[in-house]
Order: sequence, then C-alpha cells, then structure tokens
Amino acid sequence: MKAFAALYRRLDSGTSTRAKQAAMVEFFAAAKADPTQWASAAWTVYFLSGGKPRQTAPSRLLWRLAVEGSGYPEWLCAECYGAVGDVAEMLSLLLPEGMGGEEVSLDVWMRERLLPLPSLAEEERYARLKQWVEELATDERLAFFKLITGELRVGVSRLQVVKALAEVASVDEGRMAQRLIGYSQARRIPTAADFEALIGEVLRAEAQALDAGKPYPFYLAQSWSRPIAEMLPALGPPSNWIIEWKYDGIRAQLLKRGENWRLWSRGEELISDAYPDLEPLARALPSGTAIDGELVVLIPPEHEFATDSLDGLAIFASLQQRLGRKIVSEKTKRELPVAFIAYDILESEGRDLRTEPQHVRRALLEGLIERLFAEAKMRGERLPIRISPTVSADTWEELAEKREQARALTREGLMLKARDGAYGIGRRKGGDRTDVWWKWKLDPMSVDAVVIYAERGHGRRSGVYTDYTFAVWSAGEEAGARELVPFAKAYSGLSDKEIREMDAIVRRTTLETYGPVRSLTPTQVFELGFEGIAPSKRHKSGVAVRFPRMLRWRRDKPIAEADTLDALKALLAGGGR
Amino acid sequence: MDLIVSTDRGLYCAAGDFHIDPWRPVPRAIITHAHSDHARFGSEVYVCHRDTAPILRKRLGDVTIETATYGQILTRNGVEISFHPAGHVLGSAQVRVVSKGETWVASGDYKVESDGVSPTFEPLRCHAFITESTFGLPIYRWRPQAETFASIDAWRRENIAAGRASILFAYALGKAQRLLAHVDAELGPIVCHGAVEAINALYREAGVVLPPTRLATDPRTAIRGEHKRDFSRALIVAPPSAAASPWLKRFGDYSDALASGWMQVRGNRRRRGLDRGFALSDHADWPGLIAAIEATGAERILVTHGYTEALTRYLREKGLDARALTTAYGDDEDVGEGEAPAEGEGGAPTEPEA
Repeated sequence: MKAFAALYRRLDSGTSTRAKQAAMVEFFAAAKADPTQWASAAWTVYFLSGGKPRQTAPSRLLWRLAVEGSGYPEWLCAECYGAVGDVAEMLSLLLPEGMGGEEVSLDVWMRERLLPLPSLAEEERYARLKQWVEELATDERLAFFKLITGELRVGVSRLQVVKALAEVASVDEGRMAQRLIGYSQARRIPTAADFEALIGEVLRAEAQALDAGKPYPFYLAQSWSRPIAEMLPALGPPSNWIIEWKYDGIRAQLLKRGENWRLWSRGEELISDAYPDLEPLARALPSGTAIDGELVVLIPPEHEFATDSLDGLAIFASLQQRLGRKIVSEKTKRELPVAFIAYDILESEGRDLRTEPQHVRRALLEGLIERLFAEAKMRGERLPIRISPTVSADTWEELAEKREQARALTREGLMLKARDGAYGIGRRKGGDRTDVWWKWKLDPMSVDAVVIYAERGHGRRSGVYTDYTFAVWSAGEEAGARELVPFAKAYSGLSDKEIREMDAIVRRTTLETYGPVRSLTPTQVFELGFEGIAPSKRHKSGVAVRFPRMLRWRRDKPIAEADTLDALKALLAGGGR
Repeated sequence: MDLIVSTDRGLYCAAGDFHIDPWRPVPRAIITHAHSDHARFGSEVYVCHRDTAPILRKRLGDVTIETATYGQILTRNGVEISFHPAGHVLGSAQVRVVSKGETWVASGDYKVESDGVSPTFEPLRCHAFITESTFGLPIYRWRPQAETFASIDAWRRENIAAGRASILFAYALGKAQRLLAHVDAELGPIVCHGAVEAINALYREAGVVLPPTRLATDPRTAIRGEHKRDFSRALIVAPPSAAASPWLKRFGDYSDALASGWMQVRGNRRRRGLDRGFALSDHADWPGLIAAIEATGAERILVTHGYTEALTRYLREKGLDARALTTAYGDDEDVGEGEAPAEGEGGAPTEPEA
C-alpha cells in the first residue's frame, strides 16, 4: 500500500507527462523484480488503466466518517466538500493525522479488506473503516479513500500506462496494448498471474491473448479543424487519401477465431450477446479474421444491393433504442436490425495486417466482402455487412461540398485515411504527420444562448462554477412578455482563464442557491454549438441537442439579443437528427 | 457605537479619526502591511511599521509616511494605537487600538507559524478581534514548513539531475523572500525576477539575511565564449504573473511550480497547469486562525476577507459573538497569487490572471 500510495502521490503531484512516465516505469520495474509484489502491481495496472471496482463503502458512511472523525459539524464538512469537490480528497485533508501502522499490500487491502466490506453489517463496516483510517499514515489516506470511491484518475492516459509497461517488459507498444485489452473490466480481480502475463515472456502472453479472443487496440482519428485552404499544403491532394463517410454508430471490432466470434466495442466491452443479428455474418467469416467498423441500424431494401449500399441506414436514435438491452427480442431484431459497416481489416487467415498500407487492407477487405456476398447469395441469404463506401473528388473544395451533404445523409462528416498509412494504436498526436486518420466533421449547429444556472465542476474543475444551463427566449423581442427556456447543459469549450472569469460572474450574479446549483441573474450570452437536434417530450423546450458545448463567449451581445426557441426549432427542420 | 466600524472607505475608528487599510483615499491611513489590497494609493498620511515604509514608498511613490516600531504607542485624540507583529511579511502588523479601557485589535493578514524572516505573530488580549479568514476551512492545515521546503529542494534536485531549470512562482513580497531564506542555496545559483529582486533589496536593507541572488541577465549566468546562458542548475523565483509569459523562454528546458496555500487542493493545482504545486502560505491555516482567536480572549470576533461565512458560523456555534465584516481586501495582489476566495463566501478562489 505504501508503494502504491507513493506512486499515486507522484502521479498526482504535477502535470508533467515525462515525470509521470518515469514514476510508472520505476514502479513497474521494481515490481517486476519482486514476484511477491506482482498481485499488487496487477491491481495498480488495473486502476491506472481505468478499472473501477464497485464502491465498497457508501457515501453515507464516508460522510459519517468525515463528521465523526473530524469532530466538525456536518455543514462545515459540506463547505469543505464544496471547496474540494471530491469526497476522498476532502476526507484526506479533514481527518486528524494518522499514525501509520503495519504495511499491508494493495492486494490484501483489496481482496481481504475492501472487497468483502459490502457483505458486512453497517456498524461493522463503519468500525473497520474508522480503525483502518487510524492505522494509515496521513500520506496514504488519499489513495486509500480513492480505492473506496473508485475514482483513481490521476491524469495518466491508458496509452501512457501502455508505454510504461512496454518499456518495462521490453515489448513494443502494440503488443502491450493488446495484452491490456479487457484488463480493466469492471468487477475483475487481477492476480499475480495477470501481471506476469503483461511483463512476462512474449509467447506465453500472446497465446493467452489469442485464446481470450482479444481484439486489437482501436486506432482513433484526430479532428481536422483547420481551414480548407490549408488542406492541400498539409495533406497533399485528395488522391493521397482514402475518404469515407463518418458514421454516427457504435465503433466495433468483429473477430472470428476458430468457431468462436466476438464483437468488441471501442470501450473494450464484449458486446456480442447484444447483437445476435450478426450471427449469420460471423458464421460466414473465415477463421482468423478481424474487421473494424461501425454498428448501425440498417433496414435492408427488398431489391438487390451492392456491397457498399447504405440504403435503409437509420438515424442514431434507432440504434440508441437497442443500447443497454441485454435480451434482444425477435421484434427488436425485426424492427431495428443492425448491420456492420466495415472499413478496415486487421487480421486475415490469422495474420496481423496492421502494418500493411491502408489501400492494401482496403483491397483485401473489399475482396472478402465480395466473396461473402457471392457465397451468401448462393445460399439464398443476405448478410448484415457492407463495406464503407468511398467518397472521391479532385479537390478539397469539391470534397467540402460533398461533406455538406452529410447531415442530410445522417452522417457526421468525412474520414480521411492516408492511403499508405498503417493501422496505429489509440489516438496519435500527429501534428503535421500525414499517416494518421483524420475526422473532418461538419461544423456544429449553433445558437446564441443565455446562462441561467451554474453548478460546480469536479476533478480539475472542482470548487469552481463550470457547468452551465443554457436557455433561449420563448419569443422574439417584439413580444411583450417572454421568458428564458432552458434547453441544454454544457461545461466544455472555455479556457481556464475564461472559467475563472465566469466563476466570478456566477458568484456575483447569484439569485438563489439550491444545493449545488445556483440560479443567476441572466447576464452572459454564449454561442452554443451542438452536433444534432431532435424533438423531445422530456424537455420543456421540446428539443434535445447532442454534445452541446460552448463555441464562443459573446461578450458583445446583450441577453435580449440571444436566440429564440423558434430559431432553435428551425434547425430541426433543417436536417437535424 | 463600536470602536472600529466598516465604512465605504475602509475600517474606521471615529474616536481617533483614522482608517485602517482603507480601500479609498482618506486623511489618515493606518497600514497593517504593504500588500497592495491593504495599502492603496491616494491617502494624505500613511502610518505604518518602520519596515513597511520603504516597501510602501516603492509601491506608492513619494507619499507622506509616519512610522513606528512594534509596541510603540501613538496617541491620537486620547486613543492609543500600536503595531504588533503579525508574522505575515516583513513589517506586517496587527493594529491595537485602546480607547476608554476598551481594546480592539485588527489583525490585517497573519500567520502563526514563525517563518524565520518576519517577526513572529504575537497574540494580544483584547475585547474585540478583527480577523482575516483567507483559509478559514478545516481542510487548510499546513504541513510544518520544513517539510514543504524539503519537497521543494527534492523537486529541484530532480530537475538538476535532468538538466533543467527550476522555476518557482511565488508572490514577490513576502513569499519569495521566505522561500529564499529556506531553500538549499548550495544546490545552484538563485535567479530572481526583477519584481522579486527589488523587494529582496528592501529586505536586506532591513537586516534580513538572504542568500546571494541575481537577475536573469546577470553576466555570471553566461556560458563562457557563447551567447547562451546556462540555467540548468538554477532556481528561478518569479511572481505568478510571469507564468506563461515570454520572459520564461530564456530559461530553456524547465520545470515550473507555484508556492501558494491554494495548492493544498488538487483541483487548484491541476487547473494551474504547472508541473508542481507546493502548499505554502503566509496566511494562517484553520488551526492557526482558531488558536489565534482563542488566544485573544476576545468576546467579539469580526471576520473579514476569506471564508467569512464559514468561520463566522463556526465561531458562533462555539458561543462567541462573531460577525462578518465586509471589506475590500483579498481581491488584489493576493488573488494574483491565487490566494483569496470570492468575496464573502466559502467558494474556491476566483484567481484572475495577475
């Protein structure tokens, strides 16, 4: 526990990436050399790569500990929470100094102490918590409480964890990323053997990965947001790129190894069971195949269609109706059938293709799908797979025009993939590199809206009012009586400096405080951008917007000139989704 | 009527006809210390501790200043006024006011831990105590300063080993000199920003011993025979306003850190986007505030700038006659340092750019 707490403090103490990297490498190297530490190291990897055990003590016990342990009244503890924004950190700062006792390993802490906690009676749980806190050294407390609340984000990305482990194990990052897949799944109990498999000999680890039917780490796209005029100089002509639509579906990888097939989401969740529609497709795939693509709802037309036909592609809302369902009824399968839009092939006949150029992989993928279609036709079957159609044009300007059709086609924009590029890992910070995947999304829709409520943020925004509710006018200025109708909440898009300014404004213009929320005298207008808009019965405004965020602070605009509900609803008709 | 009240120009004593740390021009201003939210421009006569005067002159120019030493009693209209150490920065003082057997003390800003640079805070018995509350929540409990200085030295050793400069942001008046007096001066040269170096000179003139410091342009930093300078072993002390400014470019590869009480909370640390944050403050922490208040034996407590509401309520629940007193402190330089919550409530700092 001491070593873990020390690592946590080092990772938490600053923002320098290189310092964090060094801290992790040092920690894992020390653990590698000492097999008695492997189980604890396995837990460390689990937490750092995003694993979350369920909360082992409920908030009410933690609050009781705060009040009884500190001896301060509850309202004062609540004030402290407001300033800190995190229960675990509040407790670590509030409780009296700890004495520090016997060292107990992280593995024992988790398996023998914390995980069994929920099965005990309330008083017993509280008594144990209290005793443990007294036995811990003060500087171990934050990590300890974080283990309980399960929020161990310390500003290291999964990719950084991969890098550190890869360095310690002396394998390349790609292999390490693959070994880590599924590692941080909820409710998992990591063991010494898991850590050994990460840092141990290559063959053994790889064999295990294949047995487990693990996918390849997903390659993620960066956003292209520079002006069109910069595209030619930075990217070369469009002919250097394979250009496809960007779909509004669920990114997934379909694997077939032996007789087994698996569907993995980008979040590395196994989702095969939720999409039995893909069973016939999976059966038809040859063993040793991995394809990357997008799950969508697609209602196939009656007539013949080509391998790249997207006739019958439904809006994202249809797919949403299938999310989160464990059991899929025949009715759902009939009314909302899913299909897989394939855009890459990562493995064929058991061979890893990721270093092959994009155009070679594309040709292999096209060949595979043509063949599947032909075979299916002989069986009188139709397979739920399409190849993602390409979009071509001679100039970027021409492509920009085509991109404008995306919204009407219920797509998000275009994807640009370097013809000669390999399939990478995660999201590369490319700068001017040309072998990346770019997503070139449509400009968001936007309205000018007024801030009417504010809430405090969390994490690095803790204690500061960063989350705002936005409203538009119920009618135009000419109407005598009109009111502000809330329609969206947003918290992103402001710089740290702007956040500080807004925080001061919120405090100055507060009308009333309801728990964490403050209602404000409306004074500030922002240009609020969003990806889509749909009618909604749940919201008073009658609309729901997707991914709202602040594009620009309209300090120049008085609130009277903010947009109206009619202006917002006009976007519904204009190709909103 | 109370001996000292809050008016639109500042804390005012009618019996003696003077203001304490006024935020608007007045005829006679008693000044607790030279931070600019407590010592503002425009008053006719300033009265302060002897060591505050040179700093005041540097900041306000050629103004009329009367000085006193700690404990020396000045009498005005039968009201006795005296300065007593507040332990905040050089020359900082609590102001004790006695009239007709009634004693009031205005704390200004203070800390109770001795910092080895300014005279240690002296508890004064009084009937009414006007206290600051910058860090008036129990989560603010400073580690012993030796521990914090040790972690600063450790950070610096890491940087030296990696061949990069260490840039430490600290408020130019007080915090910077406290750091200079305690960091390990043997590790390498200490470079100070001009704003810090100017205050260093005043501290040295007042007899405070500081290690040798130099400006970034000092020729001793130059590498022989080259146009470049070598800062890889240097500690650079600069005001927080220099963060992210072009002035930093000259230092090449560096790690940056901020020394401020607000760094106690992770969110504040991370928002700053600096490599490190060291929780070191010239204000009293919660235990310090409570101990100082108890030591006065005062039955009336008036709470100014900081977590005013929280501290007031806590004291009232403990049976003291505590009230919030509205002032305009804590919204100037201290905020530049990131050391003041929004006015009159238990929020986080608003931290405008300094």
